[in-house]
Amino acid sequence: MPKVSPGLYIHVPFCRSKCPYCAFYSIPSPSLIPIWLDGLKKEISLYSGQFDPFDSLYVGGGTPTFLGAGVLADLMKHLFTHFEFAPDTEVTVEANPCDLTDEKTETLRGLGVNRVNVGVQSFDDGVLTFLGRRHSVQDVNGALNRLRRFGFENVGIDLIYGFKKQGLKGWLNTLDSALSFHPEHISCYQLTFEKKTVFRRLRDKGQIEPLIESEEAAYFLTASQHLEINGYIHYEISNFAKDEACRSRHNQKYWRHIPTLGLGPSAHSFYGKKRCWNVRSIKKYHAAVEKGRPPVEGCEDLTEEQLWLETLSLGLRTSAGIDLGIVSRIPQSYAVLSSLQASGLVKVIDGRIIPTREGFLVADQLPVCFFEGV
Amino acid sequence: MQNIRNFSIIAHIDHGKSTLADRLIQATGLVEERDFRDQILDTMDIERERGITIKSQAITLPYVNRKGQSFELNLIDTPGHVDFSYEVSRALASCEGVLLLVDAAQGVEAQTMANLYAAMEHDLEIIPVINKIDLPSADIDRVKEQVEVDLGLDSDLAILCSAKEGIGIEDVLEAITDQIPPPSAVSEGPLEALIFDAHYDPFRGTIVSCRLFSGSVRSGDIIRLMYNGATYKVEEVGVFRLEREPKNRLSAGEVGYIISGIKTVSNTRIGDTITLDHDPAPAPLPGFKEVKPVVFASVYPVASDDYRSLVDALDKYKLNDAALVFQKDSSAALGLGFRCGFLGLLHLEIVQERLEREFDQSIIMTSPTVQYRFTLTNGEQVTVDNPVYYPDPVTIEQAFEPYIRASILMPERYMGAVMELCLERRGVNSQFNYPTPGRIEIQFDLPLAEVVYDFYDNLKTVTQGYGSFDYDLLDHRESDLVKLDILLNGEKVDALAQIVHREGARPRALQACKRLKEEIPRHLFKIAIQGAIGGTIIARSTITPFRKDVTAKCYGGDITRKRKLLEKQKKGKKRMKMVGSVSIPQSAFVAVLKSDIG
Repeated sequence: MPKVSPGLYIHVPFCRSKCPYCAFYSIPSPSLIPIWLDGLKKEISLYSGQFDPFDSLYVGGGTPTFLGAGVLADLMKHLFTHFEFAPDTEVTVEANPCDLTDEKTETLRGLGVNRVNVGVQSFDDGVLTFLGRRHSVQDVNGALNRLRRFGFENVGIDLIYGFKKQGLKGWLNTLDSALSFHPEHISCYQLTFEKKTVFRRLRDKGQIEPLIESEEAAYFLTASQHLEINGYIHYEISNFAKDEACRSRHNQKYWRHIPTLGLGPSAHSFYGKKRCWNVRSIKKYHAAVEKGRPPVEGCEDLTEEQLWLETLSLGLRTSAGIDLGIVSRIPQSYAVLSSLQASGLVKVIDGRIIPTREGFLVADQLPVCFFEGV
Repeated sequence: MQNIRNFSIIAHIDHGKSTLADRLIQATGLVEERDFRDQILDTMDIERERGITIKSQAITLPYVNRKGQSFELNLIDTPGHVDFSYEVSRALASCEGVLLLVDAAQGVEAQTMANLYAAMEHDLEIIPVINKIDLPSADIDRVKEQVEVDLGLDSDLAILCSAKEGIGIEDVLEAITDQIPPPSAVSEGPLEALIFDAHYDPFRGTIVSCRLFSGSVRSGDIIRLMYNGATYKVEEVGVFRLEREPKNRLSAGEVGYIISGIKTVSNTRIGDTITLDHDPAPAPLPGFKEVKPVVFASVYPVASDDYRSLVDALDKYKLNDAALVFQKDSSAALGLGFRCGFLGLLHLEIVQERLEREFDQSIIMTSPTVQYRFTLTNGEQVTVDNPVYYPDPVTIEQAFEPYIRASILMPERYMGAVMELCLERRGVNSQFNYPTPGRIEIQFDLPLAEVVYDFYDNLKTVTQGYGSFDYDLLDHRESDLVKLDILLNGEKVDALAQIVHREGARPRALQACKRLKEEIPRHLFKIAIQGAIGGTIIARSTITPFRKDVTAKCYGGDITRKRKLLEKQKKGKKRMKMVGSVSIPQSAFVAVLKSDIG
């Protein structure tokens, strides 16, 4: 392991409006920002001094750029004074295209943010409207150009795909538009119908027709092939990096069982063998930290079996795959591996099981193959 | 003896047998209101859930009639399925009379008839009871006419009641004391006690339920089981109230229990006669028959580590079910297990369900088969009840399969459909009787193999529930048999092989391929399912692989949710058996035999 420094995540649970497909915790109430910030500072003091220097900081949400420049500055400064960070720390902030004004972009730059991940979603105005996004393609172009102009050398673009309204051709156009900005990182997320979202309700009522399996596969393969042809590395099912150095250092920690501390309502933390998650409500969150208690809703100590399960399932979603040793205890692993190899779903290279592009397509089923039916 | 009445209640399913039994128990004050629960005699979960009675139960009810005379009423509850018809016959042999229950709305049905014949065979006093008279759809006059015409009983004697509402219960009790004769038994003779059931009690060993026809027995006596001559010292005798109630002695005419250090119920035989060792009866009571298994299937633990635990479970199960036989077995696909013999399909299902529920076993049961006989070219005779041991086809001179004489009773209008079903199942030698106008009894010689799986279900379907079915084993007859192999991705799965009649091989193979395609979940790779005789493929189907299955993001660190999903899948897979790289659900091993109607 070359790097085992922990990562720090900050959850900003605010958005201008709730997107109809999003299940993450966020609310459109700017009036709660002061309570949240106050709570966050108190939570920070609970953990201050207890961690090795972090080498990744990820401010996500919600929409971090929904915060005013002053709040952002207050937050970042507070973090940098109360926690230790390695000199080359990756500092990512998620951004909404219409929030990236000259002023805010400059603020971010000035606060030491060195990676901005832009919630572009699509380069098609019709699709953006369908997705309930408030920005336009024009806003996107402006934001991406502005980031470069202010000197950001590590820019990520988030895209959503896989619905009838988009069309395969439209998806390919969006990918090409994204490529034209030469972003360091592209995330392609398939539209999923999460519980308690507007889209889920619409789908259940038959008002949104989901893709069939072979169509989903076509969208996925299109992205994978097209971006790889253009030099990107498909290093995790949803993630593409321009080169090795451009991978998201922070997100990889989640897949590699590296400890991460998550602060803010609904944030998750992992301490090597234990996972904890915070309460989702800002009020409960604040009430807890006010009394000097961690705002934790639940914790679980992972058994060896659970760790194994996670290693297997998270690893098989990445291009690094998993060590052969991880499945060697399964009596029929040889037979399973042979079938998977013969079907072109995995390759075995240097003692590791590596999913192929077709393997990525069924990455959630791959671990299941290794479960003992015995 | 004059104040004893031994009786049973017989009825078509759902005509209210258990409810009437409940009311009789309540009316005689044997159980306090607060201790009462429905279906009080059905003690097993599975009996209560399925609404069927599996084991016979007896209970002695104290009753003082309207004239002020005291009685002991012995109610013997009987199982209600063709698999257990022998047990039923022994229970009826212990009675002098029966209550024949008829639903006031449904009227006389198939099983009402079959039950009537069984009671008549034992020369029992039959009291017709018309139940559910409170129903708005009750048509008492029509049902009375059926009792008169279809059953040939005096409808004036029919008692009207509603067990549910507690109407007419006293009339039923009075009729039992008035109409059913007291037992005609010989108090002075040597002991003759008919075993009609046996239960296992973890503290007392086997508790034998019996009816004394002659003599008496008390604790300290040395008894002898006439079937095998084994002797035991009696520890306790008594009668069944809701709990066992010890008595000084049991006398001729009574129904009760004997505890005598018999370890397992397998040491007893239902229908056997108990006598005293020093003064034995000259001959056993008539009607004894050793119950032999007719259906065979293998049982394997889903996880091979659980073999020991399965051994224990079967040993314990066997304590209370003498009819189950088993011996060690092993399969290339499924590992170590047991070959088991059952009385019939319901018995098989009950064993499977009880092993899973009461003994917490996760098991795979292979498709049931019958016992075949082969004469080999070298003159040797072999018996095969497991397709794995099917002889090399070139060495087979002659093959034989067991036949039964099936007797099906139904309203005339279903005759065509039933004929068709029986002919389809290779029935021969048909015969027709008209026991009563409008009803017909068809008899057929049928290969047992054609009946074991779903014949009874199909019969119920084609007769809309009006057909009743009973059978006797006949003999083994020459037959043209082949072994049908099932291959998954080119690999033979021994536990899926079947022995079938050559003419039925292709339909069977197609059916098996179809069922497996439904039962086996999609995998990441294509699964070819083939049915083959020798090297010839006669049926095939394919399970297409997953094309795409990856969604949920793993970002923001919420790994827990995703892992919980996997843990669920993992648990599901624990109930599957891996054969090569293919996971086969438990249910698939039995489902291969299921046909389309059932």
